[in-house]
Amino acid sequence: MSLMSEVGQKAFNLGVPIAVHMDVTYRCNERCVHCYLDHDDHGEMTTAEIKDVLDQLAEAGVFFITFSGGEVLMRRDFFEIVEYARRLMFNVKIKTNAVMIHEEEARRIRELGVDTIQISVYSHRPEVHDAITKLPHSFERTVKAIRFLREQGLRVTIANVLMTVNSSDHSGVQELAAELGVQYTLDPTITPMMDGDMSVLSLRIPGEELKEIFRNPALVGNQEEFCAPPKPSAEDLEGYSCSAGHSFCYISPYGDVFPCVQFPLPTGNIRQQKFLDIWNFSPQMKEVRSIQAKDLSVCSSCSHVGTCTRCPGLAYMEGSMRGPSTADCEKSFYRTGVPTANMLRQGLSKPRTMSGNTPPLIQIRPIAVPA
Amino acid sequence: MSETCIYIARSSGIAARALAGEMMVMNSVDSTFFTLNPVATAIFQAADGRTPLRDIVRDRVCEQFDVDPEQAQADAEQFVAELSGHGILLVSNQPLASGAPL
Repeated sequence: MSLMSEVGQKAFNLGVPIAVHMDVTYRCNERCVHCYLDHDDHGEMTTAEIKDVLDQLAEAGVFFITFSGGEVLMRRDFFEIVEYARRLMFNVKIKTNAVMIHEEEARRIRELGVDTIQISVYSHRPEVHDAITKLPHSFERTVKAIRFLREQGLRVTIANVLMTVNSSDHSGVQELAAELGVQYTLDPTITPMMDGDMSVLSLRIPGEELKEIFRNPALVGNQEEFCAPPKPSAEDLEGYSCSAGHSFCYISPYGDVFPCVQFPLPTGNIRQQKFLDIWNFSPQMKEVRSIQAKDLSVCSSCSHVGTCTRCPGLAYMEGSMRGPSTADCEKSFYRTGVPTANMLRQGLSKPRTMSGNTPPLIQIRPIAVPA
Repeated sequence: MSETCIYIARSSGIAARALAGEMMVMNSVDSTFFTLNPVATAIFQAADGRTPLRDIVRDRVCEQFDVDPEQAQADAEQFVAELSGHGILLVSNQPLASGAPL
């Protein structure tokens, strides 16, 4: 176990929120076809409110903070926020589309000691990337920004969200990442929109293509190991490995606290309560922490239970945080070829593809805060 | 053991947080990650750039931990040299500007 994993496990065991993902805005200068956010501003936290939250997070023991959005640089005070966070000795990561990063911003990011910048690139073909972001010349601007950041010696990761419209472009994006000297990460997860609109799910790449991706050593490393059939053991049923609500949580631009960015269970609002009160005493957080693999309604009897990437947040969106997450069942099946318990109970030999016809799911919405 | 006065300050390019009495430290330049034991944590926390290392060892280490003063000073100097090599601590024989706050 690496030192970092050991520390993560220690924080998990102690219930210390070692990492927080904070969206500082939902506003964005791109309009990506798959984005789940409502980009209007419904009352974002002010600079002073965010600084107060950062003080509270430092006191609570948070070490890693990821600033994301929306587009973080839509906030004019973004560098002030990062500077404040760094003064509090957080390890800061930024997620951005980078189109507003020029030489000056890249230099500032380096001076502030930001750890990593994760940048979304959808294709190595400008016309495909720009069609997804709906912002003309965004590819050119994003790639230029990556070069500026690299010139400053910063660590950059290209995040390549895969969907139907760019599913064949991952090798091109990987080559681009290599040419730019940056890391590459791939994500085939498309989530429903905040308002419950499921139409974006039609952009999810079909199962057969997922299967090809999982068998591509350039993407998954050791393909035999990655796709090995599950070997269930009794230990798999003890505890639950997801860090959501245990050592990680998500804070929205409106101060709402959730177990994870992908787990829209409201646990409290930081404008009404102290962060540590929400973290320690929220009944919803306690409920999330009580999840044990052996209590999962369907998954506890599934052969994949020890190796599945089952996301309790996606399961919650399907109706129960202790139920199955269909998207992860699909991944487990296409990774190994072994049907999941969730598929077997429905008599399916292949996962049912989620589409816009699936019943609406719960999604993250601002919690109404009394004036 | 060094006879000259050593001053130490935390670098501003690091991230740090205490977890259950041990300090997690990460250098933002190369993401090197350390955890410091309670004795090293006490020295790191006292690295304000103004207090000489020997005073830190006397007041923060020997006072709180059952250690031989000479051995503690030698160990502290070695620890400081190591962290300085990773850009975690700034070291000087003159007082330094205040270390990064904790």
